Amino acid sequence: MTYPSASIVFFLLIAIVLVLGFIAGRWKSGEGNIGHIEEWGLGGRRFGTWISWFLIGGDAYTAYTFIAIPALMFGAGALGFFAMPYTVLIYPILYVVFPRLWRVARAKGYITGPEFVRGRYGNRWLALAMGLTGILATMPYIALQLVGMQTVIGALGLPGHGPLIAAFIVLAAFTWTAGLRAPAMISIVKDLLIYLTVIAAIIVIPAELGGFTAIFAKVPAPKLILPPPPPGSSGSYSAYASLALGSAMALFLYPHTMTGILSASGPRVIKRNAVLLPAYSLLLGLLALIGFMALAAGVKTMPQFAAGFARYGASFAVPAVLLNSFPGWFAGVAFGAIAIGALVPAAIMAIASANIFTRDIWTQFFHSPTQRGETLAAKIFAILMIIGALIFIMKIPSTYAVQLQLLGGMWIIQTFPAVVFSVFTRALNGWALLLGWLVGIVSATWLVWQNHFTGAIWPFHILGYTVPCYIALATVVLNGIIAAVLSPLFQMVANDRVRDETAVSDYV
Amino acid sequence: MIRILLLLVMVLALIVPFFNRVEPSLFGFPFFYWYQIIIVPVGSLLIYFVYRAEERDAGEEARK
Repeated sequence: MTYPSASIVFFLLIAIVLVLGFIAGRWKSGEGNIGHIEEWGLGGRRFGTWISWFLIGGDAYTAYTFIAIPALMFGAGALGFFAMPYTVLIYPILYVVFPRLWRVARAKGYITGPEFVRGRYGNRWLALAMGLTGILATMPYIALQLVGMQTVIGALGLPGHGPLIAAFIVLAAFTWTAGLRAPAMISIVKDLLIYLTVIAAIIVIPAELGGFTAIFAKVPAPKLILPPPPPGSSGSYSAYASLALGSAMALFLYPHTMTGILSASGPRVIKRNAVLLPAYSLLLGLLALIGFMALAAGVKTMPQFAAGFARYGASFAVPAVLLNSFPGWFAGVAFGAIAIGALVPAAIMAIASANIFTRDIWTQFFHSPTQRGETLAAKIFAILMIIGALIFIMKIPSTYAVQLQLLGGMWIIQTFPAVVFSVFTRALNGWALLLGWLVGIVSATWLVWQNHFTGAIWPFHILGYTVPCYIALATVVLNGIIAAVLSPLFQMVANDRVRDETAVSDYV
Repeated sequence: MIRILLLLVMVLALIVPFFNRVEPSLFGFPFFYWYQIIIVPVGSLLIYFVYRAEERDAGEEARK
């Protein structure tokens, strides 16, 4: 144990949180039947403004984000700050799209996005495509949460997989018993700890380094702002903007974020959260700057951190700067916050994938169980997701998880036309949407493959002008165009409008 | 119509050539950084205006 006091505080926090996870099973349990999947997998749609704020905040801003964004600033500089416009753009989208989706989901008893699509088009194959996309995009995401957790456990000087396995066995246990209520309750503790850590970091570290002027002065000029585009190209400008917009369009389509939103108690809760959740974006922005503080503090050349950087690369920037600037016990608090910040989204991801598996695959294609059987199927699948992620992380190098997560973002955005457009219009055709989705998935995967699974940006050449663009955004535009152009043709041949089980009044 | 403010939020976040500069700096933060931090609360405020206006309209409609 390299850092005894930090390790003790760390484990104490983890233990408290795990106890909370079990208490959550009894929390509000008088109001609903946990044997029902709407109760287990969606908290009975009962979370008010504040619980939703903690839950969605803890769910969308994950531990991986808290490690990866500062690491990107540390490694690539200004480009990493795209997290700011990204997390500004998500809220107009949240405000406009999701209150309507919540209403129709409530009216028809949907607990997943793909279920809505199935009800809207009467097309279980389209819903299957949406559901599989969601589950596949979530798997590497869960794995990355474990990478985040592993990084801080490693930073404490604790070798081996033991602590990680222990944490995840308990995670699986309370996910089983309490469902979505467990991460909802834990997220309150986690978020308070994260706020505490970041505020302390933003006060203490700049003071040590001589203020923000001194910190920015130590950032090399090419990293300080984006390089101006060369002639005949929109260069880093379109890359930066498309990265922000594409990421924002994708965020709330992920099963775990969708689950967080649908568990709110009403459309007004969602709208209020579009106003209140940006507090987390502010936090993320300040946290991103810790990447520059790590540069300015020169942690990379300090001998005590050499092993960490060799093992975890730029991801070690945040743990290193925290260990360097804080007393041991507070570093323990910070690491505890990051580790719990991994458990909350990991639990929600497992639950959300399980909801999709149950409602869009199992009951549709294999077996139509009773209410209790439905919940049991979901619980079993959630545990399998957690075990799968654990095996993944122990057997496969974490660089693959990063690459798969990159690909996951490209895939999940392809559900945008089917989910978001359908909230507003029924002019499209289910099969046209499925074809658009297919073209989007194939073209995005192909372009990422051309980039050797490392780059998210592709230089498109349009009339002699070069436009570097986030692949996800370019391919979802193609996807939407195909769906829009083919829909009128398909409707003439085989109109599927009569299969819509939702009514206009379900949306308002 | 008030929802045009939501569009404004998106424009503010996407005008990269406008905010990709060092000066004027504020409290040691280059413009690129403080601008993008400031648009977070500005965006939140604009969405709040939209929410308030729509809640008021909904309330008036209910009384009619």
